[in-house]
Amino acid sequence: MIGVRPRGTPACPLPCPRQQRPPATQQNPFRQRVEIHKLRQGENLILGFSIGGGIDQDPAQNPFSEDKTDKGIYVTRVSEGGPAEVAGLQIGDKIMQVNGWDMTMVTHDQARKRLTKRSEEVVRLLVTRQGLQKAVQQSMLA
Amino acid sequence: MDTESTYSGYSYYSSHSKKSHRPGERNRERHKSPRSKDGSRSEKSVTIQAPPAEPLLGNDSTRGEEVQDDNWGETATAITGTSEHSISQEDIARISKDMEDSVGLDCKRYLGLTVAALLGLLVFLTPIAFILLPPILWRDELEPCGTICEGLFISVAFKLLILLIGTWALFFRRQTVEMPRIFVFRALLLVLIFLFVVSYWLFYGVRILDSRDRDYQGIVQYAVSLVDALLFIHYLAIVLLELRQLQPMFTLKVVRSTDGESRFYSLGNLSIQRAALVVLENYYKDFTIYNPTLLTASKSRAAKHMAGLKVYNVDAALMAKLKLYITDGPGNNAAGQSRAMIAAAARRRDSSHNELYYEEAEHERRVKKRRARLVVAVEEAFVHIRRLQAEEQQKIPGEVMDPREAAQAIFPSMARALQKYLRTTRQQHYHSMESILQHLAFCITNNMTPKAFLERYLNAGPTLQYDKDRWFSKQWTLVSEEAVTNGLRDGVVFVLKCLDFSLVINVKKIPFILLSEEFIDPKSHKFVLRLQSETSV
Repeated sequence: MIGVRPRGTPACPLPCPRQQRPPATQQNPFRQRVEIHKLRQGENLILGFSIGGGIDQDPAQNPFSEDKTDKGIYVTRVSEGGPAEVAGLQIGDKIMQVNGWDMTMVTHDQARKRLTKRSEEVVRLLVTRQGLQKAVQQSMLA
Repeated sequence: MDTESTYSGYSYYSSHSKKSHRPGERNRERHKSPRSKDGSRSEKSVTIQAPPAEPLLGNDSTRGEEVQDDNWGETATAITGTSEHSISQEDIARISKDMEDSVGLDCKRYLGLTVAALLGLLVFLTPIAFILLPPILWRDELEPCGTICEGLFISVAFKLLILLIGTWALFFRRQTVEMPRIFVFRALLLVLIFLFVVSYWLFYGVRILDSRDRDYQGIVQYAVSLVDALLFIHYLAIVLLELRQLQPMFTLKVVRSTDGESRFYSLGNLSIQRAALVVLENYYKDFTIYNPTLLTASKSRAAKHMAGLKVYNVDAALMAKLKLYITDGPGNNAAGQSRAMIAAAARRRDSSHNELYYEEAEHERRVKKRRARLVVAVEEAFVHIRRLQAEEQQKIPGEVMDPREAAQAIFPSMARALQKYLRTTRQQHYHSMESILQHLAFCITNNMTPKAFLERYLNAGPTLQYDKDRWFSKQWTLVSEEAVTNGLRDGVVFVLKCLDFSLVINVKKIPFILLSEEFIDPKSHKFVLRLQSETSV
């Protein structure tokens, strides 16, 4: 059967780009790409983090956003040892894209659906982080 | 000081120590005399002996003229607290200094009253005269006039009755005040009525009496028209005198000069003197009673502020020598001196604010302690009294007391605590033992609780609550830069002065209110939940 693979190995139907930090000159320096390989637990594929936010939610209660009118999707919890932590996702990250799909103007449920598609075993997120700006600037100066 | 020289004219009535005329007032003289000798400024602790009402009016106004300046007649006017009739004068412009000089105040009051009464009588009798004169004078020539005339007679009679009742209700009220200037609207109305009646009489005399008109029905209808017109004038009087000022247009801020207590009152479009009257009527019930003993602390502080500084006068010769080096010459010496003094006082580090703070805190504590003791004492005293029911009164023949005796029985247990509390709050001269006993009997009779009994003593009440002898405010002077018959305007300031203090009144206009409407559909009240859900993926 096509596509059967043992449990736990990452699925890579297409040639996967090696996970690396993109050179600062090519991309927006404040964003980071995170590639998470989903973990199979019984029937479900889990990513190991929780999201909050969405255009149908109340942005004022978001503890991670700088601008309290920002209705984007934020990472509210990262479970220990899960695929997200392994991939480098941190709590408080704002998810801008998931596999090319925009996540800045979606409802909470749409975001959940895009992350938990059963047909995908790898999700590539574009996240932005508050401390990232300073870290990149420091590394550029150094 | 200016104020002291003004009041020196009243020295006939003043005494520098308060009279102690009630038995049982202990320690009051001791309490008072050290304070009056305190400080470099003498206090104006003057008392007006309770004067008889009538002669005081005449005496004080003339005396007031002697001690005040020549412009008194133009600007300052007197309102007294007790009098009965309003004045009306013929000419508004002839506001008379000479009138008050030549004729006494009594005449002025009665003059107005007699004029109004005569006019009223004339007005009332005129229609009757119109109807009765033709039958008396030329009965034979009159055309007979049957049913119609009788109907008109009835209508005239009832309209006159209504007019009489209305006039009695509107004009014959007991006046509680005497105004300094005439009441403009009343004077205008009297003049109007007079002209009106005179013109009707003229017409009647010329056209009817002289020519001996025979049409009696016409004459009776003429009389009826007069009565109708009088009723309309009465309506005009109601509107001008009563209704016009009902709608509030101004708010008056009244501030007492000695302790800053202030109140706000809303008024309609009144003249200054009538507004002053409203303020005074409300003063007696709204403002707490003026207590001169409460002011001694601030006066002694003020004396201490300036006492520590001395000013040395530089010799004029030396000043001349140093003229090159100093900017202000000898002429500016006084101004420079006071400026230097004020500057030095401001720069001086004094701890008087500290003293004030601790003194006030200490006083608060002491008052609260004494109040607690007083409340407990009174509650314990009231426990001993029980009201007898009607049927028990026969069973216990001895030991039954009426309220006065019951009050006297329980009074000694609370007397000391009450006395101490009153002394601490400096109210002891307002309550004599007799008055306390009376109040206690009154409270016992009306089944009041200890707290209700104490309500009168715990806080200073309005002036009306106390005995008239204790009031410091019975004769008032209205001081105003504008004529007092002018209407109120935004920004007008006038002062009501009495001997010991004054009320400064500031008039503010109630702003124009633009009220708009917004309709809310009851179905438009819809709500959503504000969610913040967290989903784990």
